[in-house]
Amino acid sequence: MNVPSHDEQEQLRRLRWQCRRGMLELDHLLSRFLELGYRDLSEADRLLFARLLGEQDQDLHNWLVSRSAIPPTPYLELAERIPAVAGEHSPGN
Amino acid sequence: MSLPTRHFDALIIGAGGAGLNAALQLASAELRVAVVSKVFPTRSHTVAAQGGVNAALANVLPDSWHWHMFDTVKGSDYLGDQDAIEFMCREAIPTVYELEHAGVPFSRLDNGKIYQRAFGGQSQNFGGDQAARTCAAADRTGHAILHTLYQQNIRARTHFFDEFFAVDLVRDADGICCGALVLEIETGEPLLIEAKATLLATGGCGQVFRTTSNAHINTGDGAAMALRAGIPLMDMEFFQFHPTGIAGKGMLITEGVRGEGGYLVNKDGERFMERYAPRAKDLASRDVVSRAIVTEVKEGRGCGENGDYVMLKLDHLGEAVISKRLPGIRESSKIFAGADPVIEPIPVFPTAHYAMGGIPTDRFGRVAMPAGHGSEEVVVGLYAAGECACASVHGANRLGGNSLLDILVFGRLAGKDIIEFVRDNPYRRNADSASLDQVMSRLSRWDRKGDGMSVHQMRAELRKCMEDHAGVFRTEEIMAEGYEKLCELRDRLPEVRLTDHSKVFNTARIEALELDNMMDVGMSIAVSALHRQESRGAHSRPDYPERDDQAWLKHSLYYQEGDRMDYKPVRTKPLTVESFPPKERVY
Repeated sequence: MNVPSHDEQEQLRRLRWQCRRGMLELDHLLSRFLELGYRDLSEADRLLFARLLGEQDQDLHNWLVSRSAIPPTPYLELAERIPAVAGEHSPGN
Repeated sequence: MSLPTRHFDALIIGAGGAGLNAALQLASAELRVAVVSKVFPTRSHTVAAQGGVNAALANVLPDSWHWHMFDTVKGSDYLGDQDAIEFMCREAIPTVYELEHAGVPFSRLDNGKIYQRAFGGQSQNFGGDQAARTCAAADRTGHAILHTLYQQNIRARTHFFDEFFAVDLVRDADGICCGALVLEIETGEPLLIEAKATLLATGGCGQVFRTTSNAHINTGDGAAMALRAGIPLMDMEFFQFHPTGIAGKGMLITEGVRGEGGYLVNKDGERFMERYAPRAKDLASRDVVSRAIVTEVKEGRGCGENGDYVMLKLDHLGEAVISKRLPGIRESSKIFAGADPVIEPIPVFPTAHYAMGGIPTDRFGRVAMPAGHGSEEVVVGLYAAGECACASVHGANRLGGNSLLDILVFGRLAGKDIIEFVRDNPYRRNADSASLDQVMSRLSRWDRKGDGMSVHQMRAELRKCMEDHAGVFRTEEIMAEGYEKLCELRDRLPEVRLTDHSKVFNTARIEALELDNMMDVGMSIAVSALHRQESRGAHSRPDYPERDDQAWLKHSLYYQEGDRMDYKPVRTKPLTVESFPPKERVY
């Protein structure tokens, strides 16, 4: 496994704080995904994940947890992947 | 010591509903106001409040603020201050209209008025028929309110310090609070913010318990800052637990699941609530169900490898009912419990949900503490509002729909009071060097290197201890043992070390400072609970099962120095109406 560079570590810490949300469900899903799934993402998907963290909590909850709304097209795959990787049936659990 | 310093009329710490509503009043009055928030403001925990906000608008059924007041006094198990409750219930009406005018998209009736839904604990005519008092913006009320307030604050030019962590309050040479030292998370650099008035609005502290529905940010920062400034915390033993949180995780599984026919079973598959509440069974009150679950676990009938949870069974309801009537539950359970409730039960355990206690304030949000001989004194220049504060409107238990109301009413009134305070006290105060040294030493303590216990481990031990010894099951023996364990943990806290001493975005350092706060606030809950020898509202003691108005109709005050307890009387006299004398609480 590659050891993250200094800059990458800093970026990871920054993202880790962005995973602090107003809802426990999102705290849990996003921070676990960062821990378990982020490093397997392509460069483009990493940027997309960072962008996703800029979205509103209520929308993220609807897209990732309750599945009561369909996310905008660019997020579709990531919105499937996050609960699959960070949920309790994931291999990392 | 030379520190970068900024000056404002008012400093608000916390950007949830209380902080933002206060800030809006101040900025609209052309005061220079700073809001410090450790996360981006719209990621505050207010966003998770989906239920709604109570106000006796009488849009759906007849209603009056006086009936709302009665319900709140009764719900508080008579520990709420009746002047503050009258004030809140009256102010609820203009507060909701003000939010409506600010742009909160409340759900509407066909006639265009704000829709109001019925909630438990609401009555017409002082305990009569069900009332409909809760105003909601669909199922995203907290989100709608928070966003509206944030946008209005941007328009009013409130100065936001996003991703800054407040370390401690600072004082001038006369000992008067004059702002706070904060840490910029991005750079790791301290910043002194001096202000004529400071408002603590940092929200709840559910993270002190292992299983909680609170977000990770709810670490009791403001309450701990108050404690370290010598201010007591009031009624901290009153903590609302929800019986069904996802085991080991804390996310709420709504009571609606049991309302639809779901029921709890232990490891033998026994429907154990039949033993604890033969009539109401799984629909018994929250504290009864919570205690029954913990008793099952304690007596070895818990499920799973460690026997530390029970199961909530609803597969018998069928997929159609679960999907139609309990939307979201299936998804939540699949993601966080790894269980599809259509085919298997959900592992559950009581989850810490809401702190009724906090920093004692009067009804204008001014921090107030005993001054000897039964009198009270306002702490000059210091305010508190929201879940971190205790204006004493929830007493021993909070009604649904009254938490958003509390933060909005008292945030708004604190803002209005600060405007007057700043007009009367226009002079700048400067932090005293001794006060700054004290705060800086708290920061530099985490720069110490060497071997020691990790923050993560200490945090886990603290939260487990709080859950086991200050949770829903509270006997003298369990709590006294818990206090000893907590003292031991507190003694070991100086040995905890960080391994990462970098500056930029060092979130481990922030978590260490949060750990300090959790330790301080956790202790206040444990000590207050140990001393109250009665059962009232959310504080339930099998060894003292009755409410004891003779000895305990009084507020607890916990002081950090020497873990000392003091008490003060409940304000039973309302502002303009007759008192509601204590009665047995029957629903």
